[in-house]
Amino acid sequence: MIFTLHIWRQKNVNTQGKFAVYEIDNIDNDTSFLEMLDQLNERLIIQGEDCIVFDYDCREGICGACSLVINGYPHGEKSATTTCQLYMREYKNQSELWIEPWRANSFPVIKDLTVDRSAFDRIMQSGGYISIHTGCAPEANNTLVEKHASDEAFNSATCIGCGACVAVCPNASATLFVAAKITHLALLPQGQIESKNRAKKLILKMQSEGFGSCSNHRHCARVCPKDVSLQNITRMNKILG
Amino acid sequence: MSQLNSNEPIGPLENRWKNHVFDLALIAPQNRKKYKIIVIGTGLAGSSLCATLGEAGYKVNSFCFQDSARRAHSIAAQGGINATKNYQNDGDSVWRLFYDTIKGGDFRARESNVYRLAELSNNIIDQTVAQGVPFAREYSGYLANRSFGGTQVSRTFYAKGQTGQQLLLGAYSAMSRQIENGRVTHHARSEMLEIITINGKARGVVVRDLVTGELSTHTADCVVLCTGGYVNAYYLSTNAKGCNTSATWRGFKQGAYFANPSFTQIHPTCIPPTLENQSKLTLMSESLRNDGRIWAPKQAKDCKKKPKDIKEEDRDYFLERLYPAFANLVPRDVASRAVKHICDEGRGVGVKIHGKRLGVYLDFSDVIKKIGLAQVEGKYGNLFEMYQRITDDDPYLTPMKIYPAPHYSMGGLWVDYNLMTTLNGLFVAGEANFSDHGANRLGASALMQGLADGYFILPQTIANYLARNTFDEIKPNHKKVQRALNIAKVRIEQLMNAPEAKYSPEYFHQKLGKILWESCGMSREGARLKQAIDEIKALQLEFWQTIKVTGVDQDLNQTLERAGRVADFIELGALMCKDALNREESCGAHARVEYLSLEGEARRDDKNYSFVAAWEYQQDGVRLHEEYLHFEFIKPSVRNYK
Ligand SMILES: Cc1cc2nc3c(=O)[nH]c(=O)nc-3n(C[C@H](O)[C@H](O)[C@H](O)COP(=O)(O)OP(=O)(O)OC[C@H]3O[C@@H](n4cnc5c(N)ncnc54)[C@H](O)[C@@H]3O)c2cc1C
Ligand code: SF4
Ligand code: FES
Repeated sequence: MIFTLHIWRQKNVNTQGKFAVYEIDNIDNDTSFLEMLDQLNERLIIQGEDCIVFDYDCREGICGACSLVINGYPHGEKSATTTCQLYMREYKNQSELWIEPWRANSFPVIKDLTVDRSAFDRIMQSGGYISIHTGCAPEANNTLVEKHASDEAFNSATCIGCGACVAVCPNASATLFVAAKITHLALLPQGQIESKNRAKKLILKMQSEGFGSCSNHRHCARVCPKDVSLQNITRMNKILG
Repeated sequence: MSQLNSNEPIGPLENRWKNHVFDLALIAPQNRKKYKIIVIGTGLAGSSLCATLGEAGYKVNSFCFQDSARRAHSIAAQGGINATKNYQNDGDSVWRLFYDTIKGGDFRARESNVYRLAELSNNIIDQTVAQGVPFAREYSGYLANRSFGGTQVSRTFYAKGQTGQQLLLGAYSAMSRQIENGRVTHHARSEMLEIITINGKARGVVVRDLVTGELSTHTADCVVLCTGGYVNAYYLSTNAKGCNTSATWRGFKQGAYFANPSFTQIHPTCIPPTLENQSKLTLMSESLRNDGRIWAPKQAKDCKKKPKDIKEEDRDYFLERLYPAFANLVPRDVASRAVKHICDEGRGVGVKIHGKRLGVYLDFSDVIKKIGLAQVEGKYGNLFEMYQRITDDDPYLTPMKIYPAPHYSMGGLWVDYNLMTTLNGLFVAGEANFSDHGANRLGASALMQGLADGYFILPQTIANYLARNTFDEIKPNHKKVQRALNIAKVRIEQLMNAPEAKYSPEYFHQKLGKILWESCGMSREGARLKQAIDEIKALQLEFWQTIKVTGVDQDLNQTLERAGRVADFIELGALMCKDALNREESCGAHARVEYLSLEGEARRDDKNYSFVAAWEYQQDGVRLHEEYLHFEFIKPSVRNYK
């Protein structure tokens, strides 16, 4: 396959970026999206040019590092899939691809396709945990957890912190990300005691980090690679009362 | 030759850790904030350590190269974590896990360490459940278990196929709490490039800010490396792309011995390579072997057929045939070698890579018939989905294809019972140390080890080290600090300005990977290893002559990051081969073709090789030290999974 790639190049946060155009050929069905960019970078090295920077690590859809907006969709159009799990067979009927970084004020561009998502870490630090003393804990089976609640908590806990929900949201809100953590911990008896306070802290921090609030556009759940559902937001709102 | 003292306690096995903890010196709570500790790496081992040290009140500075601690490679662990709770009442005990681990490691690990690991396993489950880790549960609300590669009891705790993710997020949350209260300062997108040693003690690090390219120095009273494993040396592996040996290799060059570098595990159930330019291989969790049946066509002529067109009587369920007692659940090294053997015979399936079909089937049709689609989906849904996404094949309808891939490094920096290296004040935890898995690691035991090291062992042994030593203040302009900084600088300059810059880091990495996979992979042979050592030496020369890094160093430059890591992998690769060559026996994952039984089983030589091979770096080469292993409680026997 042959593609024309329009890739966002930006030196750093203080400079203007723009799309650069690259042609690439010899792309196989089984080549992953990121492998295609690897191949392009190899070519740039031969040509003596600075490589295109993009975040990745696991390439298995679990670390949450990869973060490309492809033809307008965070993580591409395919549902429930991270960028690193996209294969070029998905694009066999297309010839032009537009590749951009996440766009949100709270995720400033560092370089090219890489953004700074440390705001997510700071939100977690503000209270995204159960305040137990690390090092001592009661026997695990003394706390029983209803299977359904536990499974639901797991579903919320699968959020990989990628930020696609923010990137797609017209308000650049991080509500789905925050709601997933609040719900995960509130559904478990271990986490219930602090749940209201935790929810308040996380929402406050989200706002002070400059993320917008939720006005029910619902794009977030559609692009979420882990299928984190809108029910998390409903649950969070109930907790906040 | 310096004595390698493991500092193991003596006496009854079950009292060793307890007594040892009692003998260790403590630091009073009000004094702890005076001590500074540097932690490099915040995967399971590092983040659990940061959380515990922060909770205790020390001043902790941590670093990782990803943009967040939550993205460490530990996040990718799928299958589960072992503990000897015996919730299933199937006769499990600390002793049994200890026994399984020693035997699984083919009698190449320390008894005291392994027993302690088994003892601490239960506490990890308590700790992580209290943090809110949503492990799988039964309808009664109690924790569920499953059995996992190489064991006959159900002792593995799991969260679907995402156990590592859930455990890491638990440790990350506990660490975040300590960041919030100011005890832990975390630096993401930061790579450690050098260790600062003063008066024979590790006292700090040189770090590169990966965004600006700026180098900075940080000093402390001790340094802990929790930097993960090195099987990315093979280029293609199941590890995350960023996993590297650089931190441990710097430690090695500063005087920490490297132990058993050739002990690397090749995992049997990975998705086979399909392209020559592939960037990584993906593991399919070992838990799939609980219900999936592995087979290959009996005859090579059937290899090109669709699996459904191969009749039942023409299928060879070779693990069930060869190992009736353990069947599809034999340990990883045994399974991997059997799969390789079948493919080498020409009975592999799938696309041809370099002239060979590298794959066998992992078939779920029987279990789907037996327990129904819904149940199978409940157990493996996300793994099946992942497989389909990558291969475009639906494992509910057609068997998966699998092939072995490098997965885990049992070798690592040598540590004593306190997890301290031969360099005073340099501690190592998690996959980065060599400690507990001998020559082969059992499934679901790496997460356990990383967390035991981080939550429970190091917080005690580090306190002891701090209490028993005095630490002068170090000024930033101390000549040793400046020297370390300079070494890091010069290295970057060399990488940026090779005399005949021509080839990318990937070019060298792929070349190294091919040499290592062929010489020091699933089977090893003396002459080939010697040749590999020469090839790697030549590659090293070529690297420094022709490595090409574009862009500038004062910037986010991933090409430069990769080049630095590949440079270290090349040096490590030579040591891996040297270690494999030196060990004239087969044990666990280390299979020397000269020392295999007729059936292909590893033939250990306990008389001559019952030791840990610990390599010391010297200006003009490396020197071997041997730590002899004493088996007081379990008599070394032939590992037999027939
Ligand atoms: C696909 C897969 C599945 C697995 N499944 C299981 C399983 O089911 N059960 C099990 O028990 N084990 C499993 N394992 C093994 C297990 O996941 C790892 O051994 C374990 O997570 C390693 O943890 P760690 O904390 O030692 O290192 P890692 O999680 O690799 O963390 C390393 C840390 O070091 C940092 N780092 C490295 N170098 C530097 C440097 N120079 N400067 C700064 N920071 C640095 C990184 O940023 C990272 O934070 C699996 C492994 C793989 C590959
Ligand atoms: S909720 Fe979904 S989209 Fe948002 S950060 Fe989590 S995984 Fe990514
Ligand atoms: S690279 Fe880890 S989720 Fe994509």
